[in-house]
Amino acid sequence: MQHTDSPDKRVAVPGTKGSVKAPANASAPPETVHPTVDNDRPSATKLRLVGTVLALLRMGPLLILVILVVLLANLSPVFFTTLNLGNVLVQSAAIAILAIGQLLVILTRGIDLSVGSTLALSSVVGALVFAETGSAFPTIVAMLAAGAMIGALNGFGYVYGRLPHPFIVTLATLSIARGLALGLSGGQPISGMPDLVRTIGAGSATWIAPWIPNAAFLVAGVAILAILLLNRVVWGRWIYAVGGSPEGARRLGIPRSKVLVSVYILSGTLAGVAAIVTSGRLNAGSPTFGQLSELDAIAAVVIGGASFLGGRGKVSHALIGALMIGVIRNGMNLLNIEAFLQLIVIGVVIFIAVETDVIRGQLESRFRVLKAAAE
Amino acid sequence: MSGARVLTVTGATKRFGAVLALDHVSLHVDAGEVLAVLGDNGAGKSTLIKCISGVHKLDSGTIEVDGVHAQIHNPAVARHAGIETVYQDLALFDNLDSTANFFAGREEAVPSWLPLGMRWMRRTDMAKHSAEIVGRLKINLPQKVASVGMMSGGQRQAIAVARSAAFASRVVILDEPTAALGLRESRQVLDLILRLREEGVAVIVISHAMDHVMEIADRAIVMRRGRVVGEEEPTPENRNRLVSLIVGGDD
Repeated sequence: MQHTDSPDKRVAVPGTKGSVKAPANASAPPETVHPTVDNDRPSATKLRLVGTVLALLRMGPLLILVILVVLLANLSPVFFTTLNLGNVLVQSAAIAILAIGQLLVILTRGIDLSVGSTLALSSVVGALVFAETGSAFPTIVAMLAAGAMIGALNGFGYVYGRLPHPFIVTLATLSIARGLALGLSGGQPISGMPDLVRTIGAGSATWIAPWIPNAAFLVAGVAILAILLLNRVVWGRWIYAVGGSPEGARRLGIPRSKVLVSVYILSGTLAGVAAIVTSGRLNAGSPTFGQLSELDAIAAVVIGGASFLGGRGKVSHALIGALMIGVIRNGMNLLNIEAFLQLIVIGVVIFIAVETDVIRGQLESRFRVLKAAAE
Repeated sequence: MSGARVLTVTGATKRFGAVLALDHVSLHVDAGEVLAVLGDNGAGKSTLIKCISGVHKLDSGTIEVDGVHAQIHNPAVARHAGIETVYQDLALFDNLDSTANFFAGREEAVPSWLPLGMRWMRRTDMAKHSAEIVGRLKINLPQKVASVGMMSGGQRQAIAVARSAAFASRVVILDEPTAALGLRESRQVLDLILRLREEGVAVIVISHAMDHVMEIADRAIVMRRGRVVGEEEPTPENRNRLVSLIVGGDD
């Protein structure tokens, strides 16, 4: 019955549709078009203005970094020498690697407070394994595995412990990892690292430019892998999706829990990579490595221009932020600025960066409203 | 294809504790047909579509897609069966562009022997196909604005509807598609729904806007207290009858 019914209806319906549609079309535009015509000029200029400010805000961190470099190059004769730039790169390398891991976590609206402690644990585990085996391969594997293990603890604890936010679980592992590092090492630094690790952490690229530290190449390698993951691999797209709308991701069948666990494991593993740089540079594993460097990593991501609210951010943001922290520290050391002032300056920069992110969010919704009015 | 029965729900019953949210609800939609589901708040409309789209599980009753019994126990199964739902909150990713939103959870990627998450995305293919979808459905999207979060309410709604219709879906369920929109934006979304119908999609629309129901729906069913209390053709002559069914004036 219904099969024969519905074609009839479909013949009948367009008639009613046309008759309803026509008056709607005839009456609607005059009422809606007039106000937009009146405001056309101001809203178009406003739109362009808001658009320009937005573009500037998005470029902001890179601009500030360039300004900082130019400023310091003029203030200090030492700053823009290859030797010192190499220093900046070495000092920024571990933070940059931690920041890339932190970026992955922050993209999913999370936070990983444990990376500094994980770095320390990983360095101690590496030193112990090297003392036992005397060979590079098991040492490096153990360092990465220690990092991945703490990361897994974070991820599974957060997701399957059904915690409302990763803050507490990573705070717990911050304490646990530091405690393990102190216990395993007896509270003392353990010296001795494999040649390969020392080459990565302390060596430089004698074959191209001796002032470029090898650690910078490691950072570049990690950055390229992270860029490929985030931009080319489906999993990376899902990391953004989970950060953009956790509920939307669930409804569209994106494996939200697995994505969340994975970013903490990656962050932990990258803390292991950062440990390779730090222990290679100092030829030791120590339970005191990486103190407060989780805060540097978080600050780097935010200063660099990624959104602390998740979903927005690139690897370049983490790198720019890490460089910015490195440059500020290095520059202020060169200018003999006291340590307390450095802390205050870094703090102010973090505040400005977060405020910029908030303003950017507001301008974007403003932009949307203006855009809708202009169309 | 035209007029073929696509979705049949029979005796759908759902209980939340002491509340009988759905009481033996039956409905059907054909290809190229727009069915409106009307009812006051708490009538059971949302529960009904959540059961059809796999968010809730029916206590009893059956759902058939293309005449085949479907066990829809989660959203992924519903999507796989060709049932797409656009919720009021749209479930869009504001941080991603329209292409990424279209393909979220079903990205075009290689090689096929890897699990989807591990594959390499074919970004140009996806961009091309999303441009085709946008062109086919005649959606008006800004060219330069990258993320969906920067788009207007109507454009966002259009993207959500287009995403649901983009992948040869059989049934598209729309929850209050025009509730948050202005006059002109509503117009665009209504046109889009009519285009889905022309393409032979079975559409279920939940709406409070009687004018919009009159315009786009081929049939309307009215729900009250978890039951279907009437079915009418949404013609201007039947308007008062529909309204009294919704508010229960003839009890």
